[in-house]
Amino acid sequence: MATFFDLLRLAYIEAPEKPAIKLLYNQQPEDALSYADLLQGALKYARLLADSGVKPGEVAILIFNHGKDLVFSFFGAVLQGAIPSIMPFLTEKLSPEQYRASLAALFEITQPAAIITYPEFLDEVLAASKDSSVRVILTSSQVEVGSPAEIPWESLGGCTRSPQDIVLLQHSSGTTGLQKGVALSHQAVFNQVQSYAQAIRLTKEDIIVSWLPLYHDMGLIAGFLLPILYRASLVLMSPFDWVRQPARLMQAVSKYHGTLTWLPNFAYNFCAQKIRERDLEGVDLSSWRAVINCSEPMHWKSHQLFLERFQAYGFRPEALATCYAMAENVFAVTQGGIDCPVTVDEINGRIFIERQEAIPAVPGSESLKLLSAGTSIEDTRVKIIDVHGNSLPERHLGEIALQSNCMLTGYYHRPDATEKAFLNGWYLTGDLGYMVNAEVFVTGRKKDLIIVGGKNIYPQDLERLAGDVEGVHPGRIVAFGSYNETAGTEDVIIVAEVEGREGEVDQEDESIYRLADAIRRKVTQGSDIALRNVYLVGKNWLLKTSSGKIARAANRDKWLAEQAQRQA
Amino acid sequence: MEATTIDILANYVATEILKQPRRKLSATEALISSGLVDSFHLVDLALYIEDTFGVHLDDTELTADTFDTLEQLADLIDQRR
Repeated sequence: MATFFDLLRLAYIEAPEKPAIKLLYNQQPEDALSYADLLQGALKYARLLADSGVKPGEVAILIFNHGKDLVFSFFGAVLQGAIPSIMPFLTEKLSPEQYRASLAALFEITQPAAIITYPEFLDEVLAASKDSSVRVILTSSQVEVGSPAEIPWESLGGCTRSPQDIVLLQHSSGTTGLQKGVALSHQAVFNQVQSYAQAIRLTKEDIIVSWLPLYHDMGLIAGFLLPILYRASLVLMSPFDWVRQPARLMQAVSKYHGTLTWLPNFAYNFCAQKIRERDLEGVDLSSWRAVINCSEPMHWKSHQLFLERFQAYGFRPEALATCYAMAENVFAVTQGGIDCPVTVDEINGRIFIERQEAIPAVPGSESLKLLSAGTSIEDTRVKIIDVHGNSLPERHLGEIALQSNCMLTGYYHRPDATEKAFLNGWYLTGDLGYMVNAEVFVTGRKKDLIIVGGKNIYPQDLERLAGDVEGVHPGRIVAFGSYNETAGTEDVIIVAEVEGREGEVDQEDESIYRLADAIRRKVTQGSDIALRNVYLVGKNWLLKTSSGKIARAANRDKWLAEQAQRQA
Repeated sequence: MEATTIDILANYVATEILKQPRRKLSATEALISSGLVDSFHLVDLALYIEDTFGVHLDDTELTADTFDTLEQLADLIDQRR
């Protein structure tokens, strides 16, 4: 039994010179950090926290972009025994008021003791933390400069922690997500690392290349903690640099001989479609042994696009892999495509919709091609249940439930939400799927959640924002996702009733454009989500459930039908 | 010359990005700060501009720092030609 602290200490003693992370930047030389560099950098943040009176077990919120400060402050908090939680940094699109409101939402439940950020951001954080639990606000300029010092392990707060204590918090985005922090123990993370390393046949020679943000489970666990705790190597770039220059991922894999990468489904399409030929000159992708599709619904076609585009650059078809993961299980639940190719299940689409059963399609007939997420990792058990919690047989669609030795300790300070998430000791994922031969196929969601580019979005957050726009009928708004096959991810759609408008609304009308733009602006500045379509409608267009709630799925179907009609 | 560049860009943004083909975008309308165009579109836009105007653009050149309106974008392109 050990803690992060013990493991880092051991790495420092046993492998101080081993490369831990290479941080890549745009038009700037990389930072190559060994374990000694990593922990020396972390020590400075640990001291800063200790000197400011932040005690073991207290939460420290980290607000940094990609770079050394983020990495050092994370492990600095761990060395001091504080609980780090990474918050996305304010982007150019997000309005400062909205950002402040989301910080306030986070503080309200999480009750952090400290925040660490850039000096330039101090005023913003000060404004947001007024009347909150936050006692200490620290900036990256306060860390001491100077040469490496002896690390006084015994006197650091982290050595008082035990394996069952909480080591970190993970939040998803939006007001709703920020009020439900997933609290993970040292032991849970270690159990996940052990089981998952085995599932992907991880070795210390593996080189993980990632652009995933660290405030999301896929980035934080697979693209950060897994390689560092396991002593594999990590090459990390900024998500913002990647989205502007997707070729940088391929160039980095080629240059550093990357072996493993995790990507959300949309990134397969994005890379296949948006990289220039000239940016791939001399690129060799043959070192990639697994590119793992994870964190949003996976599509067979996205894998095909990726393969067709990159095979010429040495990408091997057997490197296509899949994973089903969630923060509540630390990360992975299942893994597929490592020892054998990802199973593709061709089922009869009509029977699937009508009877909720995944029956293999007759060869040659119209079929739905579904990618298997693989089998559960060791010490994680998966079952499919009906609405009453009874297990369902193979090929029957139901809710995915799981048990494991790496479950969350709870939603932080939310015993109510934690209790609701479990049924007879099984965690209810809210995802829908079926199983065949122990392989899990994830087909949809029970809960109203939109996943765009791997990012979870709660529609109610977007509806609340749109509801503040003048001219929109308050409470008569619905947000939902609609799969876009070209993009490989969901488009976010808002349908809103226009105040005082009856009957059909002309979408091309100037005043309607203006109202739609106002909604887009409000939602983008409030959530950093770009809406693909704002559809404005007259009074009583929206369908409600018998209990008076806006029925998201029914309204999506109605919207889809009208779109089809408009295009016809 | 510049007017044509703007017209071509306006048509592309309205049709391909906003999916509102009949929409007339003005040269000075904010595109990025308003949330109309997001970072995923910027890569598409850069590829389109290269193909259409024959100018060489790096992906990082099109950002919220370098332009927000069609007029500014057209200037950027015309400087390259």
